[in-house]
Amino acid sequence: MSTELLSAKSLFCERDDRVLFENLDLSLQTGEILQIEGRNGSGKTTLLRILSGLSSHFEGELFWCGEPLGEVKEAFLEEIVYIGHLPGVSSQLTAEENLRWQCALQPSLDPKKITSVIGQVGLRGFEDVPAYQLSAGQKRRIALARLYMSSAKLWILDEPFTAIDKVGVAAKEALMLKHLSRGGSVILTTHQDLSQQMPVRTLSLGRSPMEMSYE
Amino acid sequence: MSERHISVSHLFIQTFKRDLVLAFRRKSELINPLIFFLIVVTLFPIGVSPEPLFLAELAPGLLWVAALLATLLSMESLFKADFEDGSLEQLLLSPQPLFMVVLAKVLAHWLMSGLALTIVAPILAVMLFLPFEGMPGLMLSLLLGTPTLSLIGAIGAALTVGLRRGGVLISLLVLPLYIPVLIFGSSAVQAAITGLPLGGYFALLGALLALALALAPLATGAALRISVSG
Repeated sequence: MSTELLSAKSLFCERDDRVLFENLDLSLQTGEILQIEGRNGSGKTTLLRILSGLSSHFEGELFWCGEPLGEVKEAFLEEIVYIGHLPGVSSQLTAEENLRWQCALQPSLDPKKITSVIGQVGLRGFEDVPAYQLSAGQKRRIALARLYMSSAKLWILDEPFTAIDKVGVAAKEALMLKHLSRGGSVILTTHQDLSQQMPVRTLSLGRSPMEMSYE
Repeated sequence: MSERHISVSHLFIQTFKRDLVLAFRRKSELINPLIFFLIVVTLFPIGVSPEPLFLAELAPGLLWVAALLATLLSMESLFKADFEDGSLEQLLLSPQPLFMVVLAKVLAHWLMSGLALTIVAPILAVMLFLPFEGMPGLMLSLLLGTPTLSLIGAIGAALTVGLRRGGVLISLLVLPLYIPVLIFGSSAVQAAITGLPLGGYFALLGALLALALALAPLATGAALRISVSG
């Protein structure tokens, strides 16, 4: 039943005269998690930024549901949630103000859920606190709250569990499983091991193309 | 289609409100351009000459140059915080038109810099012995001119947001484009003092504003994409 959501053909990217990856093909089906592995500096974040359409410093082609990405950019942007290593949380604003603006930016986020979501990510009681007074983990929770409100098909998450406690990680994994069962998919990078029950495929980025492999 | 329309204007209002809230929470950025404006105008008579006739002659140009530099100084902060906390990435990943978001941000920024300067200007003009006949010309020319300065400055701010010290570069990029506004703005004040008709100057300032309104947000959006993709 699974169909191809996002695919890339012969991606090539170099940074500061160093080839991060070349001839990289990948495809992502609905209902699966693609975990991108690699050492620090191997280009994981760069790859995620390319796949989300943020970075244009690459050669190769991207396809969304079989169509070239450039032609269906708007439809693509409506169907993704990207959480980068910068959380996109303004430190002068409260959790609610942050989420309200995010909802205005992304039609796939449901603003009616803001109040309940703040409780779900464990920020009840911190609604009126500007984000700069919160801990790093709490800030990240505000960013991840978007996932609870989203009806987007593809989640692109760059180190989503940084500074999140164990209970929080388990909750996010459960959320991901629910997302997958709805026909969504996830691309993520993380140095933590995901629990066994997750349908994870890994893609390793090596320093040289020879090391690059699918498992 | 109409739902789409509603969500775009909703985004405009939300962004506008967010930026106003942010401006009020970072008070220093709010007051900086005004303080700068005030300092330049008060120091000038002390440094050059307190002679009323001399100051009255200088006032139109001096007020306009000070307002222009105050706006320029405030431009750097337009996208800086959003770039640093990742909000800018989210903004670029929105399927909504970037044009409207940029316009909302510039409008909020102008209210805090350009409009505030316009309101303070008559008080400072009195300090510089600007003849009373020049006041309407000064207010109106600033009202028409400062939004253009903010719109053009946003392009420079967007181009340099990824650089560590973009402030100087903004000035270099943007100042040449500010010159026409400065010329027509200060000429309008001068014409008002001497009793000449002002319509032509306002028409030119208005034309510059219309041009900037239509084109600058597009250029700013493109510049933001380049800065973030780097």
